[in-house]
Amino acid sequence: MRLDTVAWGLRRIGRGTLNSVTRLGFASRFFVSVLVHSPPAFRRINLTLREVYFSGVLSLVIVVVSGLFVGMVLALQGYEVLNRYGADESLGIMVALSLVRELGPVVSGLLFASRAGSAMTAEIGLMKTTEQLSAMEMMAVDPLARVVAPRFWGGIISMPLLSALFATLGVFGAYLVGVKLIGIDAGAFWGNMQAAVDFRVDVVNGFIKSAVFALAISLIAVFEGYNAQPTAEGVSTATTRTVVASSLTILALDFVLTVFMFRGIGSR
Amino acid sequence: MNRSTLDLWVGIFVTIGIAAVLFLSLRVGNLLTTSNAPGYRLEAAFDNIGGLKLRAPVKAAGVVVGRVERIQLDPKTYQALVTMKIDKGYEFTRDTIASILTSGLLGEVYIGLDSGGDTQMLADGARITKTQSAVVLEKLIGQFLFDKAATGNSK
Repeated sequence: MRLDTVAWGLRRIGRGTLNSVTRLGFASRFFVSVLVHSPPAFRRINLTLREVYFSGVLSLVIVVVSGLFVGMVLALQGYEVLNRYGADESLGIMVALSLVRELGPVVSGLLFASRAGSAMTAEIGLMKTTEQLSAMEMMAVDPLARVVAPRFWGGIISMPLLSALFATLGVFGAYLVGVKLIGIDAGAFWGNMQAAVDFRVDVVNGFIKSAVFALAISLIAVFEGYNAQPTAEGVSTATTRTVVASSLTILALDFVLTVFMFRGIGSR
Repeated sequence: MNRSTLDLWVGIFVTIGIAAVLFLSLRVGNLLTTSNAPGYRLEAAFDNIGGLKLRAPVKAAGVVVGRVERIQLDPKTYQALVTMKIDKGYEFTRDTIASILTSGLLGEVYIGLDSGGDTQMLADGARITKTQSAVVLEKLIGQFLFDKAATGNSK
């Protein structure tokens, strides 16, 4: 009896592991086949442009507004603490470093996953449910090249730009609150920021982060959509999975990338 | 949506995206003045550099004239060998004193250059011979306590 329960538990763990390894393997094979089918997506560039419009331009509003507000709140809260140590001039450094290194890529990645990634999954999943993908195959049009690859590349192009925009708007929001509202000296705000933020270490690494997140989100979104169960429930499950999986992936990848990029920066 | 409107919006999006990247690189990261600025190198050996870090500013009369480029230990003399990159256009006399200073009690550590009256100037790669090490607060307190104890005993 006791042994049965143990065996049951072990079997569950085993099945879970096998399932996730299988899924990972499928996702990797899917990634390779998307890459193989990418050249047609670039030859017919207007397909990709359309997806840049849907995932990038339509995400502008949410990214711009949240960037502005994150920057403003960061400035208010940061000023509160820095003022205790008489270091209010360092507000620019704090805001710029946290936005460029972390918040820009991560928060815009989370927003992008829920705004554009979920839409991608739902669209592809619904196409599958209504058998549009099968119809394309019948007409000898490869759905990977016609539907999946443009969305994948559209996401990869849009996301780093959105992330840079988020950080820029955040710095601007912090400028509004810090300099215009609180009254920190504008010269000290920008000067300290420019002295502390390094192009290669901070800006380039932040950009690399956002590019990696873009790859992860786009791949998860198109993979979940393409492999959704062709039912209404399946599409909704796939959409949820996209948001949850890409958010968790972003956070995990961010930790790993930060360890490699920024460990030991302070001690140099 | 027709093609030209789509192109327009994507164009606007990509343009402001690239503008944001440029803003981050130039205005926030200050790309132009830090890495590409032409200049020449000076060396200085210190007994103790305290908390000096790479990219710390080099100042003369409070004006930033360069950055610390490399810090290493001289294996023979056991001194810290600091290489500074000085911006083009600034020249210093051969009897310049380089000292390691701190702005404020908790502020950043930087190198201060004080020029003397020599007529010859330091060339690229030259070594500043007159240096003043960092003031280590712990040592200073220790010395103070030691002096206090010594004067207390003699009384």
